[in-house]
Amino acid sequence: MATPTEGAESASGMPQLDFSTFPNQIFWLVVALLALYFIVTRVAMPRVGGIIEDRFEVISNDLEVAADLKQKAEAAEAAYHKALAEARSEAQAIAAETKAEIQKELALATEKADAEIAAKAAESEARIDEIRASAVKSVEEVATETSAAIVAALMPDVADDAAVKAAVANRMKG
Amino acid sequence: MAEPAQEGSGFNIHPMDQFVVKPLFGDGPISWYTPTNATMWMALTVLAITLVLVVGSRGRALVPSRGQSMAEMLYGFTRKMVEDVAGKEGLKYFPYVLTLFTFILFANLLALIPTSFSVTSHIAVTAVLALAVFFTVTAIGFVKHGAAFLGLFWVTSAPLPLRPVLAVIEIISYFVRPVSHSIRLAGNLMAGHAVLKVFAGFAGALGAGAVLPIVAITAIYGLELLVACIQAYVFAILTVVYLNDALHPSH
Repeated sequence: MATPTEGAESASGMPQLDFSTFPNQIFWLVVALLALYFIVTRVAMPRVGGIIEDRFEVISNDLEVAADLKQKAEAAEAAYHKALAEARSEAQAIAAETKAEIQKELALATEKADAEIAAKAAESEARIDEIRASAVKSVEEVATETSAAIVAALMPDVADDAAVKAAVANRMKG
Repeated sequence: MAEPAQEGSGFNIHPMDQFVVKPLFGDGPISWYTPTNATMWMALTVLAITLVLVVGSRGRALVPSRGQSMAEMLYGFTRKMVEDVAGKEGLKYFPYVLTLFTFILFANLLALIPTSFSVTSHIAVTAVLALAVFFTVTAIGFVKHGAAFLGLFWVTSAPLPLRPVLAVIEIISYFVRPVSHSIRLAGNLMAGHAVLKVFAGFAGALGAGAVLPIVAITAIYGLELLVACIQAYVFAILTVVYLNDALHPSH
């Protein structure tokens, strides 16, 4: 609303349409653009582009190194796992070996002990048998003597040692 | 707002005065070599770009400083824009696009400094920029493809009877490109700065009670900041799109 009078005034004097200033503006614009183009292409672009390129290179290098290190770490991990598995299997082998050895020793000891026991038992048995045999013999002797004495006491005429002995032996057998 | 309108003649709001091209020294006539305020602000634009792109990247640090990352962002953003739109072949023209984009962006931004002169609000400047793009792109098209570049206007995917009509439309739109390309930028900048000046005039007229115009100026200033960046981006991306047309004329 403020502009009708102003507008009318400035439309005639719109500085943009003052053609007398055109050559001046165009000349200085061309100078400014050429200067700017020179600065941009000679100084700014190589520098900024170089910086960005350098950074890209450094980053890709670092990434490469990181990948390398990662690979190494993975290899180390694998080696570690392998060593661990080896140690475990070795430990198991040692344990099994020891166990077998112990078993063997145990079996040997058991066998030895068994044999000893058996020998002792056989010896004892032999002695028992001997004792028994001597006991039986003693019984037979006692019985024979007793019988002979009894027979002699009861019937002194018919005392016959051999017959008595045979009878006792016969009786003992039964 | 109606009040200052009635008294407008008394308050002397001259929204267009900021665009007047004046000699820097003295009051004489402006010939083509006279250093003017336009010259000064163009020089300051180039200086500011140098400051950001060259001085900012001075350290060449692997981990960029603030200034360096600004330079890298500007470089990377423009490069990606060229590569995305025009492809690998377009990267040959990346310095040209970077020059145009940074020049317009920094000129737009410097123009937002109060009492500064907005270089890109002048149709003379934007027309030169747009015509340079137009002629460069056309030349690239003909050099790269010869007469086949005219295939840009002959839409082979359309039915044959429609093609001449489309060719006329395509040719008109092709020649309108530099006009819209230049007027879009100059018009946006000029309108924004004129509006700022008008509101500033209201603020001056209302004196100490000028809360509303000042709030409005603040808001419009924010908007102008956006416009400054967007218009620079639009100019640059249209340049790249035209370049892509020249490099790959088939539809």
